[in-house]
Order: sequence, then C-alpha cells, then structure tokens
Amino acid sequence: MMAAAMIGVYRPGTSLLHRLPAGLKLFGLLLFTTALLVWRAPTTVAIGLAIIICLYALAGYSPRVLLTQVWPLRWIVVLLVPFQWWLGGWRSAVAIVGTLILAVAAAGLVSLTTRIVDLLAVLDRVLSPLRRVGVDPERISLLIALSIRVVPVMLDLVNTVREARRARGAERSLRAFATPVVVRTVGYSQRLGDALIARGIDD
Amino acid sequence: MIEFEHVTHRFGDRIVLTDISCRLSQQRIGIIGANGSGKSTLARMINGLANPTEGRVLVDGLDPAQHGREVRRRVSFLFSDPDAQIIMPTVGEDIAFSLRRHKLTHDELAARTEAIVDTVGLSGYIEHPAHLLSSGQKQLLALATVLVTEPDILVADEPTTLLDLRHTREIAGLLATLSQQVIVVTHDLDLIMDFERVLVIDDGRIVADGDPSECVHFYRRSMGVR
Repeated sequence: MMAAAMIGVYRPGTSLLHRLPAGLKLFGLLLFTTALLVWRAPTTVAIGLAIIICLYALAGYSPRVLLTQVWPLRWIVVLLVPFQWWLGGWRSAVAIVGTLILAVAAAGLVSLTTRIVDLLAVLDRVLSPLRRVGVDPERISLLIALSIRVVPVMLDLVNTVREARRARGAERSLRAFATPVVVRTVGYSQRLGDALIARGIDD
Repeated sequence: MIEFEHVTHRFGDRIVLTDISCRLSQQRIGIIGANGSGKSTLARMINGLANPTEGRVLVDGLDPAQHGREVRRRVSFLFSDPDAQIIMPTVGEDIAFSLRRHKLTHDELAARTEAIVDTVGLSGYIEHPAHLLSSGQKQLLALATVLVTEPDILVADEPTTLLDLRHTREIAGLLATLSQQVIVVTHDLDLIMDFERVLVIDDGRIVADGDPSECVHFYRRSMGVR
C-alpha cells in the first residue's frame, strides 16, 4: 500500500477534480509550478500551500494523504534547508524548499485524481508533432507506464529477498541481498519484455 | 490453423526442438512434457516469441518470424507469471491498455473493460490496484488483458502453475468456455483431460499425439508414474 501511496496511484472518486479532463489538470499543474518558480518567495509558498490544502480537501483527501505524497522528500528537505539557509538566508530556504514540496504535492494530486491511461492519452497527443522528427509518442508513454509499474514490483522483490536472507540467517550479508535482487530483476525484465511483445504493445 | 514444418530450434549448442512437423486445428490442444523438454519453446513459436532455427511455423498462412505484428493480433499469449504481464496500476487501466491501439471511444473502452472483467469474474475490481490482487486474481486479470483484444488463438504457458485449486478451477473453466482455439502447455494433467488433442514432448520431439487419456497414460508411464 505504501508503494501505491508514494507514487500517487489513482484513487477513484467523484469529486470535481476527478471529473476534470486530464489535459486541463496537467495544464493547471504547469501553471501552478511555473508561478511558484517565477514568483519565488515565502508569500508565494504560503499562498501555494493554501491552494494545495484546499484542492486536496476538494478532492476528498485528508491531510494525511497530502503528507504521504511529500513524505519521500523528507531527507532532501533535511539536507536542503540548512544549506539554502546558509547560502541565502531563511527566505531563500523557505522559497526553494517550499516550491519543491508544493510542486510534488500538486503533481501527486494530479496522479491521485487521474487515471494513468488518461494521462498517457494526453501525453500521446502533446507529443504527436514529434512524430515528424522520428519520435514515437506511444513508446514514450509506454516507458512512463512501465516506470510507474516497476516501483511496486521492485519493492515486492526487495522485500522477498530480504525475508529470504533473514530466513537463512544472513541479515548482514550485502552479497546475499544484491545477487538475488540483480538476478531476479534481470529475470523480471526478460519476462516483462516477452509479455510486451506477446501483447503486441511494442510492435 | 497452425502448422509446424520441420521445425528445429537450437539454443547455442543445445537442440531444444528437433524436426517438429504437425498441424494444429483442434479447438482445445494440450502440450505436456517434462521440464526442459521443449514444450514452452514450441508454444512460444506460435506467437513469434521464439523462432525456428530451421523449418517454419505458419499461423493462418503467416510466418510469425516475418509477420510478427499480424500474427500477434491473431494469437494472444498467457504466461505462468502474471506479474510480468500486468503493466498498469489498476485492473481497469491494465485492460484498457491492451486496447490503446484500437482507437475506441471512452464509452466503448469502458464497455469492453466491464464485459471482460465480468467474463473472468473480476467484477468490482476495476478500480483495484493490480499489484495488490492475489496470484489467482492476477492470472485472471492477465487472461482478461489478452482476451479483451478478441484474438483467434490463445496460447497459455503453464497458466495454473502458481495458482491454488480454486483459481486453477476458475482458469480451467474459463479456458473451456472460450470460443477461441486454445493451446495450453501444462503440468496439470487434469486441465487437459477434456481437450480434443494432446501432444507429449520429450527431448525436443513429439513422442505421442492424440487422445488425451492415451497421451496422459503414455506420459505417466514414461515418467515412471502409474
């Protein structure tokens, strides 16, 4: 469940945000993050935070869901805040770190309220002019879908290997961890490749 | 109609299949054999996942080695490990992903998705995260993702290996009702007893071919099992 929450997997709902077209939500995300970057200041961060809290509430999500979306940033924040404070003062630290957190929270909200297939359809449309220069938009969207899919699979794989290592009394052995993870990852990649070919997805 | 014409397959120095010739036209065909006998390679050739080193395979007159895309539109493949076959985060999205090149409207896509989840018994799971399904449900989803494209032929490579008895029965029941030609590679001998034809593969050759009860009896005897 943690993996699903971390990567902002779509959660079904009937809110206004769920019903908005995916293209419009992506455009809104672009505007929001651009505004945060252009008017980078603590005031902007405060306004942005208010907007994000309201939007999460509008989508029917608790503050806990919002926190889950930005939780993976905790170590970056811990390192970045003192560094930015030392470099440019507290205003700079709040503006830069705040912008990062809000951008991730906004992106998380888009993926929580939008099906991946709808996002990929928008991406296919947006990238379709690139066909003229030999870029295959469907291949790019497939790559993104696979990247999202691989996260929970890899977490499961790592957990299985960790349990197997513990069962054999080799908790501290890096080799007993790294070797099966690499071997299983390669095996999974081969099976996934076969499955993609078999489904005619990459023809 | 699937035809194997003097098919040999080598993997490095090892000969996996030796001079296989047969025509597969029956509705339900089982392929059995020991581990490493070459039965999965034989099945993979129907979809173009493996190609003959010598000879050729024809699916409705098309060689998968040369017309892979056309053949894969006719032939779907179900693997034993559904985790490798599932790509999208939720059940509904993964089924819809199979149809992404079919240029369907949103409503048509939803209707096809709902129909196939009903068929495989996953109603109520459309919005469910795919990676949180049980192994049996994942295999049912994998089956749904291949059936939704309405193939003419379904090849299943050990589809029940990772499943409990209940889900094995569900998959077997579904395979029995499909209108498509179904070719199943399996170690589950009960699964193929009602089929029209069974091939027994040993050391890269067809050593028995015919009625399921006779072929299974032959296979059991060759394995030293009564």
